[in-house]
Amino acid sequence: MAGMLERFRRGLDRTRQGLTDKVKALVSAHRAVDEELYEALEEILLGADVGVATTQELLGRVRDGMCRGQDSAAVLPALGEEVRAVLGPDEAMREEPGGLLVVLVVGVNGGGKTTTCGKLAWRYRREGKEVVLAAADTFRAAAAEQLSVWGERTGATVVRGQDGSDPAAVAYDAVRAARARGADVLLVDTAGRLHTKVNLMEELKKVRRVLAREDAAFPQEVLLVLDATVGQNGLQQARLFREAVGVTGVALTKLDGTARGGVVLAVRRELALPVKLVGLGEGPEDLQDFRRDDFTAALFGRSTA
Amino acid sequence: MFEALSERLQEVFRRLRGRGRLGEAEVQEAMREVRLALLEADVNFKVVKDFVARVRERAVGSEVLESLTPGQTVVKIVHEELIALLGGAASGLSVSPRPPTVVLLAGLQGSGKTTTTAKLALVLRRGGKRPLMVAADLQRPAAVEQLAALARQLELAVFLPRPGDTPLTAARAGLREADRLGSDTVLVDTAGRLQVDEALMEELAELRRELRPHEVLLVVDAMTGQEAVAVAETFDRRLGIDGIVLTKLDGDARGGAALSVRAVTGKPIKFVGTGEKADALEVFHPDRLASRILGMGDVLTLIERAQAGVDLRQAREMERKLRKNQLNLQDFLDQLRQMRRMGPLDQFVSMLPGAAKLKGLQVDEGQLTRMEAIINSMTPRERSEPGIIDGSRRKRIAAGSGTKVQDVNRLLRQFDQTRKLLRNVSEPGRRGRFPFPLP
Repeated sequence: MAGMLERFRRGLDRTRQGLTDKVKALVSAHRAVDEELYEALEEILLGADVGVATTQELLGRVRDGMCRGQDSAAVLPALGEEVRAVLGPDEAMREEPGGLLVVLVVGVNGGGKTTTCGKLAWRYRREGKEVVLAAADTFRAAAAEQLSVWGERTGATVVRGQDGSDPAAVAYDAVRAARARGADVLLVDTAGRLHTKVNLMEELKKVRRVLAREDAAFPQEVLLVLDATVGQNGLQQARLFREAVGVTGVALTKLDGTARGGVVLAVRRELALPVKLVGLGEGPEDLQDFRRDDFTAALFGRSTA
Repeated sequence: MFEALSERLQEVFRRLRGRGRLGEAEVQEAMREVRLALLEADVNFKVVKDFVARVRERAVGSEVLESLTPGQTVVKIVHEELIALLGGAASGLSVSPRPPTVVLLAGLQGSGKTTTTAKLALVLRRGGKRPLMVAADLQRPAAVEQLAALARQLELAVFLPRPGDTPLTAARAGLREADRLGSDTVLVDTAGRLQVDEALMEELAELRRELRPHEVLLVVDAMTGQEAVAVAETFDRRLGIDGIVLTKLDGDARGGAALSVRAVTGKPIKFVGTGEKADALEVFHPDRLASRILGMGDVLTLIERAQAGVDLRQAREMERKLRKNQLNLQDFLDQLRQMRRMGPLDQFVSMLPGAAKLKGLQVDEGQLTRMEAIINSMTPRERSEPGIIDGSRRKRIAAGSGTKVQDVNRLLRQFDQTRKLLRNVSEPGRRGRFPFPLP
């Protein structure tokens, strides 16, 4: 999985060089840990959208672990260790051997839900699985068309309803269609909604209820799509979507820029939600499993690698 | 939006105001708090650093020390610097003396370019213009269909690319179409792209060179974090942007991106997207937003929205009542109805001074329908004198509106809260919470 690390770094090298250089200069053997170094680290973490609270906690733990007069070279590995600890062990997408795996994809507008569904379809198709895509985004103009294009590209069946129709009805039809075809995976794409809109969140709950009525195990995965450029609002998104539909994991999209999606640290720390997938580019193969080691290394540039 | 930032800053200021004299230590402490508040609101850390340094410099200077109300003076400095950071007065679209005016919309994927294009076209048409939208996003599957569908829904003119078109040939053909149709404004929707994608940025730069747009607007998601700065800087360097459109401000985004992009590019935020409906795009008023962040309310926008939804006479009457605190349940009902035309209630409330303190007042649309039914079941006298609504009247109202007595109680309680809130509006300076006179 060199891909994830490399792609991260490509983005990093372009814009954050100045910052990591500063840390590199401060980190060297025979140089004691000082406030200047902690300040530089704080800037890296804040600059990666890790957020004030998580940043202070991470640095606090590193400080506690450091002895007086210790070499500054020990700081970065220690911080990397703390970040890894917050992220917890890697968790892959659930599987449903011999049965139907239902994945509900949710998130705010413009996060990349439809694209993530398309890429997931590609991935499961490549594993030789029969895939059904449910276009339950009946609100955004042409969302179903966008998903249909992915259906054509990947050979997945697309189930769609009328524009403006009830998304829960589309989800219901899709489960029926998936069963009739003996499909292995059903991916349900939903309309983007801001987590603060009560009625839209109710609509999403209904989609979930309709799925669960078909089989109590459905949906086995509820993926929250988080845009890697999101700031601290990402935590609130995760909190409210989790309350509404029981999110099981995060797909962190658009990580191929310079953004680092540091808010997932807070999401994991406060809500215990793991990141399962990362989007690292436009190609379908660029949706990959999340690896905390790569993510941690990328967070600080090359210095910890 | 901005509630969290607003709450934290107001807390800092409350403590500051309580003090007779301010020493350097107090100012330092307050600046630490301001720094954290801004960072938590996703303002870029470099921007925060500069901002705090500027405020601190002024705050420990003679301006504050010589003042009789030092706390107040610090608040004033933050307010002024915040307005400076956001850019002074509102600035709309610039118009070319030789039509058509060409507007290019650019931004990251998912920032809301296509939706903004349609919303902007609608704003222009309402202003008596003849806009033409050009679909030049040939990257995202079905982006062209999305714009076409929006055009159909809103009955707007749109130009769609033909097979084989590149973004440039599509845009050029769109300009010719504008000439043919006599359109005075052309809005070019482009594909979303990452600022680090050299090839796509060059494509956009070429579009700019060839089309010579009068306005290049960068569309930015209000929920963007630290990355907003890198995005704005790169787009500005490669394209030379003229203004910014901030989208998805109707969530609970803390809006730091707004402060960041403006600070690093020096380009004004021209419009903000405030809802999913097609008419939810507003001209941005930096000074009003600064007041809102500092908890001083935004009565101007409130009144403007009312004017858009009702006639002027009614709006003036409303303003008079708001100021004199003579609101009764009939007005409340009128407001409810207007509000459904103006946008969600929580937005309405968020524009009132001190609104951050009123978190419980969240209402969904279904509840609005119930509230309307409840007031409809009241007699005229009950509406003008809610005080007379006793237990038996409540029962009758509940039965008449098909709700429960608890619903009626809740409505009366909310009405009461609103009225209390308005009393604060009408009496500036009360308990020292609103340091500036209302506009």
